[in-house]
Amino acid sequence: MVSMVLALIAIWVALELATHGIFLTPRNLYNLSIQTSAIAVISCGMVFVIVARQIDLSAGSLLAFTGVLTAFVQVRWSEAAPDASWLLSIAVGLGAGAAVGLFQGWWVAYRGIPALVVTLAGFLMYRGAAFLVADGQTIAPLDETYQRLGGGAAGSLGVVASWALGALGCSWLGWHVWHTRRERARYTEDQVPAWIDAIKVVAGALAIVGFVAVMVSYPDRTRQGADGEPIGMGIGIPVVILILVVVVLSFLAHRTRFGRYVFAYGGNPESAVLAGINTRFLLVKIFVMMGILSTIAAVITTARLNAGANSIGQYAELYAISGAVIGGTSLAGGVGSVPGAVVGALIIQSLDNGMVLLDVSSAKRQILIGLVLIAAVWFDVVYTKRQAR
Amino acid sequence: MITPLGTPQGTPLVTPLVELIGMHKHFGAVRAVDDVSCELHAGEVVGLLGHNGAGKTTLVKLLAGVYPDDGGTIKVRGRAVKLASPRDAQLAGIETIYQHLALADNIDAAGNLFLGRELRTRWGTLDTHRMAHEAGKIIRRINPSFTQTHLPVRALSGGQRQTVAIARALYFDAKILIMDEPTAALGPGETRMVKDIILGLRQEGIGIFLVSHELRDVFDVCDRLVVLKNGKLVGTTKVSDVTEDDVLGMIILGKTPPPRAKTAAPPA
Repeated sequence: MVSMVLALIAIWVALELATHGIFLTPRNLYNLSIQTSAIAVISCGMVFVIVARQIDLSAGSLLAFTGVLTAFVQVRWSEAAPDASWLLSIAVGLGAGAAVGLFQGWWVAYRGIPALVVTLAGFLMYRGAAFLVADGQTIAPLDETYQRLGGGAAGSLGVVASWALGALGCSWLGWHVWHTRRERARYTEDQVPAWIDAIKVVAGALAIVGFVAVMVSYPDRTRQGADGEPIGMGIGIPVVILILVVVVLSFLAHRTRFGRYVFAYGGNPESAVLAGINTRFLLVKIFVMMGILSTIAAVITTARLNAGANSIGQYAELYAISGAVIGGTSLAGGVGSVPGAVVGALIIQSLDNGMVLLDVSSAKRQILIGLVLIAAVWFDVVYTKRQAR
Repeated sequence: MITPLGTPQGTPLVTPLVELIGMHKHFGAVRAVDDVSCELHAGEVVGLLGHNGAGKTTLVKLLAGVYPDDGGTIKVRGRAVKLASPRDAQLAGIETIYQHLALADNIDAAGNLFLGRELRTRWGTLDTHRMAHEAGKIIRRINPSFTQTHLPVRALSGGQRQTVAIARALYFDAKILIMDEPTAALGPGETRMVKDIILGLRQEGIGIFLVSHELRDVFDVCDRLVVLKNGKLVGTTKVSDVTEDDVLGMIILGKTPPPRAKTAAPPA
C-alpha cells in the first residue's frame, strides 16, 4: 500500500514534468478525480471478488446494461413523474444490477460453473442486453438533478462543504488511530510506536487537506462570489460517492462477519466450509454486491456523459481488475485492500489521463497500461514468493 | 489400564457420549463406510485405525457433519441427532481437528479460532480486540511459549498451528473431540505436547476419537481401538488386551486376534 502510494507520487511527478506543468493543475486533477471514480467503485468491489478466488469479467458490460436501463426508465417516466423519475430510474437500475449479480452468483455457487465462465458469458450477454433496451440508440438528455451525480459545476460540493468533508475526514483519521491504540492497550502490551501513528495521522491529514485545497481552487466560472471572482468547485459528487463506497466496503471487510468470511474463504475455502460457514451463499452475496457497484458506476458514468449508450464502460472490468491488482490484491486469493484498489485505479487513470495530455494515441495508451498491469502482477508474484519462504 | 466407566467385562453402565449405529456412506459405487458401529464414552480416548481408504476419515466426517450419512443412527448422550452440517455438529458439542488443520493461512490465530463463531459487539460488528484477548488466554494455557497470536497463521510452526486448532476445540467447550492425524506434521517435541494435551483432556472427561497411522501414538494415549478395513468394521478392542502385532494383523488382514488367555495374564 505504501509502495503503491509512492509509485503514484512518482508517476504524478513524471507526468507533471513531461506535460510541462499541465498535469498537476486544479483543473486536470479535478477531471482526474471524476474519471477515476467510476472505475474505482468497481475496483473496490473487485477486491472482494478476487480475495474470494473469483473473477468478474462482466462488470463493464453490466455497467452498460444498467446505465442504458437507468437512462431509458428516466426518460420514459420524465413526463409522468418529472421530479422523481431520476430516483425511480436509479432504483430500477440498482434492482437490475442486483438481480444480475444474483443470477451470476447462483450459477457460480450452486451450479459449480467457474466465475470466469459465468462472467465471460455475462460480458457478452449484458452488452447485448444494453443494445436491446433502447434498440441501440443513445438516450439523452437526462434529468438535471441526475446529471449532478456525474460532477461538473452543479455536481460539486462547493467550498464550504468540501472543507467540512475534509475536516470530517481528518477528525475521523485522528479518532481511528487513537481508538485503535486504546483498544490495543486494553488487551496487549506490545503497542505500535507512537511516532508511527503520528506519521500516519499527519501524512493522512496532509493528503486530505491538499486534496480539498486543490479541489476548491478550481474555479467554477458559472458562479461568482461577492467580490466578483468565481468561487471554487470543491469535491465532485462522484468522488463523494466513491468515498461512501470505500467507507462502507472497508467497514464490511474489517468489521463484519461477511468480510471476515470472504477473506477466510480466499485463504482456505475448505477451512471456511469446515468452520460451518455457508460458503455458497457467501459467493452469491459477493456477486450481488458487485452488481450493485457496477450500477453505481453506471449512474456516475451516464450522469457525467448526460447520456445512456450501449458503448459505455468498455474495458471497465479490465481496468477495475488491474486497479485492484496494482493496489495489492492477490490473484491467489485471501489478500487485498479496498483503499489499495482506489490507489491502483488512480494509478491507471493517471497514466491514461497524462498520456492524453501528451497526445499519445489510444492504441499506445492501451499497450502501456497493459505493460503496467504485467509489472504489477510481477510484483505480486515476487511478493508472494517472499511470503512463502 | 483403568476403565472408569466400564465394568470388568467392558460393558458400559452409563449412556455412551457418542454411539454410531450401523453407519453407511457411499460415494457412487464405493462403500466408504459399510455398516460400522462404535461408541465413545466420556473420559475415553478411542483410536480409529486402518489403511488409507479404510474409511476412518469418512467415518469421522459423518460425525463432524461434513458428509450426510446414507444410513445409520448417530446418538449423542443417548439421543439421536441429525448432523447435516458442521454447524450442527458444533452445536452438539462435537469439535474436529483436521489432518490439514483447516486453518485459513491469511488470518491470524484469533480469527481462525473464532472462525464461524465470531464474538461481536452490541452493534453486531466483529469484536476483534476481545477475540484477540480471549484467544491469547486460551492459547497460552495450552502452550505458554506461544505469544504471536496476531500473526497470520502461515507464519506459524506446525505445533503452533496445531495449538490454534486445539484451542478452537477447547474454547467452545467440546465434549466430543475428533482428532484426524493430529501428530502427522509435527516434530517429536510437538508430538509429545499434543499427546500430553490429549491425556489432559481425557482427565477433564472429554471423549476423544483419535484417527492415526502411528501405532506408537495410539498405544500411548488410547483406551480402546476401532479397526476398519475397506469400510467395514474389523473389530473393537481394549488397548490393554492386544499387542502391536495383533493390531497390525487386524489392520492388514482384517482379522480379529484369537482370544488370548486374558485371565491368565492380567495387566499388572
